[in-house]
Amino acid sequence: MSAALVKTVLTDKAVVDENNKRLVLGCGALVYDLLRLLKQNPSFSDRVNIQCLPASWHNSPQLIAPGVEKYLSENAHLYKEVYIAYADCGTGGALDKVLNKYKAKRIEGAHCYEFFAGTDAFEKLSEEEIGTFYLTDYLVKNFNRIMIKGLGLDKHPELFDAYFKHYKKLVYLAQTENDDWKKDAEKYAKDFGFDYEYRLVGTGSLDSVFEEIDIGLLS
Amino acid sequence: MSEEDDFDLNDLDDKELVEQIQDDLYDGLDAEVTEGTEILLSRGWDANDVLGEALVGGMKIVGIDFRDGILFVPEVLKCAGAMKGGMSILRPILAESAEDTSLGKFVIGTVKGDIHDIGKNLVGMMCEGAGFEVIDLGINNPVENYLEAVDTHEPVILGMSALLTTTMPYMGVVVEEMEKRGMRKDVHIMCGGAPLNQEFADSIGVPAYGRDAARSAEMAEEHVRGLGKNRAHR
Repeated sequence: MSAALVKTVLTDKAVVDENNKRLVLGCGALVYDLLRLLKQNPSFSDRVNIQCLPASWHNSPQLIAPGVEKYLSENAHLYKEVYIAYADCGTGGALDKVLNKYKAKRIEGAHCYEFFAGTDAFEKLSEEEIGTFYLTDYLVKNFNRIMIKGLGLDKHPELFDAYFKHYKKLVYLAQTENDDWKKDAEKYAKDFGFDYEYRLVGTGSLDSVFEEIDIGLLS
Repeated sequence: MSEEDDFDLNDLDDKELVEQIQDDLYDGLDAEVTEGTEILLSRGWDANDVLGEALVGGMKIVGIDFRDGILFVPEVLKCAGAMKGGMSILRPILAESAEDTSLGKFVIGTVKGDIHDIGKNLVGMMCEGAGFEVIDLGINNPVENYLEAVDTHEPVILGMSALLTTTMPYMGVVVEEMEKRGMRKDVHIMCGGAPLNQEFADSIGVPAYGRDAARSAEMAEEHVRGLGKNRAHR
C-alpha cells in the first residue's frame, strides 16, 4: 500500500494543540459522514484529525487490517488517542488484533450497514430477506465506481449472476435526505431486478466515535 | 490481439500449448481454453493429464496471484469461467473413463445465514479439477443439510464456507453437532472464506483452513493421499 492511498481530509488545524490531538482513522466510504459530524462539534475542529483509507477496500476487506496497521505504525505516535471509524468490515477479527496493539477502539458491529441501521433493525432486515443488498449514501453516490467498475461489471457484465444471483432486494440505508440519490438507488434496484426499500437511518453509532472523543477530551 | 499477433494453437508443440492454455485461462479466454483442451485431446493426451497440467496448473497460478493481490475477484471469475469451458469438454470423458481416478466425494456448502458463494464455487471447481466428485449444497445451509449430506453421500471431506463475520461462527455449530453424533471420525472437515483465518479454524476444532481455492484443493488432495485413499470411495 502506498501512502498516497491515504486521503488526508482535515489536518491543518489539528497541529495547533500538540497535546490534544486525536486521530479518527476511518473507511473512505464514511468520509462525508465524518466531516459532517465534525462540523456539528466545532470544538473538535482544532483537536481532531480525520484520515481515511481507500473506500475501495470495501470490495477487498483483506486489505483493511494491514492497511490500518501500516498507517497506525507510522502515525499513531503523533496522536494522544486514536479512534477507528470501521466496524469489523469482513476482517474476521484481524482488525481488532491490530487495534489492540494501539489501544484503539472501533465501532461495534459487523459492518457499516449494521452500525448505520442499528443491530436490531439490521438483523430484522436480514431475517426478512436474506438476499438483501445494502447501499449507503456513499455507495449510491459512487455506485458506478465502487460497485460496477469495482466488481468488473463494466467490462464483464456477464459476471452479474456470479455476484448477485442470490440477491432479491436492495435496501438503501440513507444517512441524509437526498432526492437525487433516492432516485438513483431506486433505479439501481430496478436495473438489477431487485425489490427496493428506502430507509432514512442517519449515521447510527458512527456518532459514538465523536461521543468517545468528547469523553476523552473532558477526562 | 492484433492480426499480426494472432496464431493457430495447432502450431504449438505440446509444452507450448499447455503454457498457452494456462496463459489463456489466466486471461479468462474461455473459447481459447476450450480449443486448446480439444487440441490436446486430439493429440492423444489423457483427459486427466489435460485437466491436471493445463487447467488446474493454470488455476494454481491464478490462485497464487489472487492471494498476492495481483488478481482480484472479477479476474478470478473470468479465469473460472475459462476453466469451466475446458471442464465441459473433459467432464464427460472423465466420467466414462474406465480408470477410476476419483479421490472421493467432497461435500461443500455455504453456512446458514450466508448467501455468498463465489469462493465456495471456486473451491468446488478446483476440487473437481483435483479429482474429487463434488457435491455442492449451495448457500444458506443449516446444520441439518450438512448432516444429511454426510449420511447420504459419505464424503471423504466436508467443506464449509462463509463470507460474513456474522455467519462464520455457525461452522462451529455444525462441527459440534457432528461431534455429538460421532460423525467426525468418518469425514475430514475443512473450512474457508474471506474473514476466516487459521486461528478461527483452530478455535472451532477444524485445523484444515483453506486460505484460497487453490490451496484448499491442494489440502484436500494431500489429506486423501495421506490416507492412502487413492481410490477413496467408501
